[in-house]
Amino acid sequence: METYSLLRQFADSWMLLALFAFFIGIIIWVFRPGASKTYSDTADIPFRHEDKPAEDKEART
Amino acid sequence: MTNYFKLIALGLVTLFAMIAANYARDAAYMVHAIIIMLLAGGLFLWTLRNTDEPVPAAVLQTDYMDGVVRYGVIATCFWGVVGFLVGTFIAFQLAFPALNFDWADGYANFGRLRPLHTSAVIFAFGGNALIATSFYVVQRTSAARLWGGNLAWYVFWGYQLFIVLAATGYLLGATQSKEYAEPEWHVDLLLTVVWLAYLAVFLGTIIKRKEPHIYVANWFYLSFIVTVAMLHVFNNLSIPVSLFGSKSVQVFSGVQDAMTQWWYGHNAVGFFLTAGFLGMMYYFVPKQAGRPVYSYKLSIIHFWALIFIYIWAGPHHLHYTALPDWASTLGMVFSIVLWMPSWGGMINGLMTLSGAWDKLRTDPVIRMMVISIGFYGMSTFEGPMMSIRAVNSLSHYTDWTIGHVHSGALGWNGMITFGALYFLVPKLWNRERLYSLSLVSWHFWLATIGIVLYAASMWVTGIMEGLMWREVDANGFLVNAFADTVAAKFPMYVVRGLGGVMFLAGALIMVYNLWMTVKRSPAVEADIAASHATPAE
Repeated sequence: METYSLLRQFADSWMLLALFAFFIGIIIWVFRPGASKTYSDTADIPFRHEDKPAEDKEART
Repeated sequence: MTNYFKLIALGLVTLFAMIAANYARDAAYMVHAIIIMLLAGGLFLWTLRNTDEPVPAAVLQTDYMDGVVRYGVIATCFWGVVGFLVGTFIAFQLAFPALNFDWADGYANFGRLRPLHTSAVIFAFGGNALIATSFYVVQRTSAARLWGGNLAWYVFWGYQLFIVLAATGYLLGATQSKEYAEPEWHVDLLLTVVWLAYLAVFLGTIIKRKEPHIYVANWFYLSFIVTVAMLHVFNNLSIPVSLFGSKSVQVFSGVQDAMTQWWYGHNAVGFFLTAGFLGMMYYFVPKQAGRPVYSYKLSIIHFWALIFIYIWAGPHHLHYTALPDWASTLGMVFSIVLWMPSWGGMINGLMTLSGAWDKLRTDPVIRMMVISIGFYGMSTFEGPMMSIRAVNSLSHYTDWTIGHVHSGALGWNGMITFGALYFLVPKLWNRERLYSLSLVSWHFWLATIGIVLYAASMWVTGIMEGLMWREVDANGFLVNAFADTVAAKFPMYVVRGLGGVMFLAGALIMVYNLWMTVKRSPAVEADIAASHATPAE
């Protein structure tokens, strides 16, 4: 098979499926249990460390 | 020791630039070679002067690297004013062709100045704003100093050199005639190196971050940097005719070249003017409103949906061309699907103010940010509509397109950048507040009314000329000559020029206000500054 047809067929089938599955996976991942708590902490990042970088001991896990 | 290698490299560059200037086949290339020669030669002397001098003991710097951000803010203001000024001038050139002066023919006529304007506002003003804000935001949200030491300075100055080379090239006629990708091969190579350094600094900072999570603004900035690198390389695949000339030949030809160009062109909009500036929105709007983003979950879905869909929208620029119908239909469908993530992002930005809407009355800076999100919503509604083939048959090649671009660029990109600058300058120069809030209000209203004049006049003239072009009489003959449409557009062109004057006036007021903020505003007192430094928890 010529390269174009091969790539085209792959793009139309498996790659399309993979990208779709990835995207749906992201949405499911975002709404996983316990996500709200993590995200409310993440959303607060701009309000920390405005003037100075974190010291190592402050590192949050 | 490294200085010796630097000297060898700079000496070789200077020597090659001298040879290149001598053998140059066109004026643009010669001027570029001379600029490089002077720059490399000057750096050679400066390095030589500092070689084997006693070195001050290296201090381990632990605070944020803000010097380069300050320079970036200044460069943003400077290039913004230059870009708006050239834009206003060429708007009047279209209204009054006598402004294409005979004595400047071939250098300062509309055709030469137009790419200068577009590149100045998008890449010089917008690009500097993106680099400066991304360096500011990535440090704060990673709680880490910029990675790579002086590499950030290289990115800043290398980018300014790219702008100067691109601009002088346009005036002297070096262009590969690809919209928003006009610079020729030797300038493209420089940008590629600078951009990879930018990627390294940004990514390096994210990798050494102290926060466990990567804040959403950084995702948008990173996608902007990575995608622009990819777009730039593929759209500029060309073979120079001579090592000593600026002319090059594209590797792709015909419709493949056209498709590559608009894949690039539309994603320059999608990733440079949208994703990058959304990164700004996701940091500066929450900061100015004093509240976290409305929905962090929505911001993640917004990010993935936006980058997955935008990349396919380019073919809508090529309706009714040699491009196969299926490809332009694909572009059209993806453009319409783009409504969803665009408006999701707009809602997320606007709703960040829920519970703080009263700030709109008292804080003109947040007003600026809100109207920019409003314009974002408006132009991302207009764009998908114009990408529909039937609408496009009326709007394409008319001034409607130009109006659409400007409501996005002036309204969304311009206003969010102004908001970010008003936020940044007091922080960066350690001032308590801006010099004058009423001047911010003046800027806000001048810019807003200017954009409204611009967009409204372009709707009228665009739809008018689209209808005039397709008007046929009972026998099927076209009614209007092209010159008839040009004559009919004159009043709208004057209104557009006036809109530009107002927008430029607003930007000049901003520059004055920021200057006075640095000069006159009271400094933040030391004890307050110290208390600010304590982490929030």
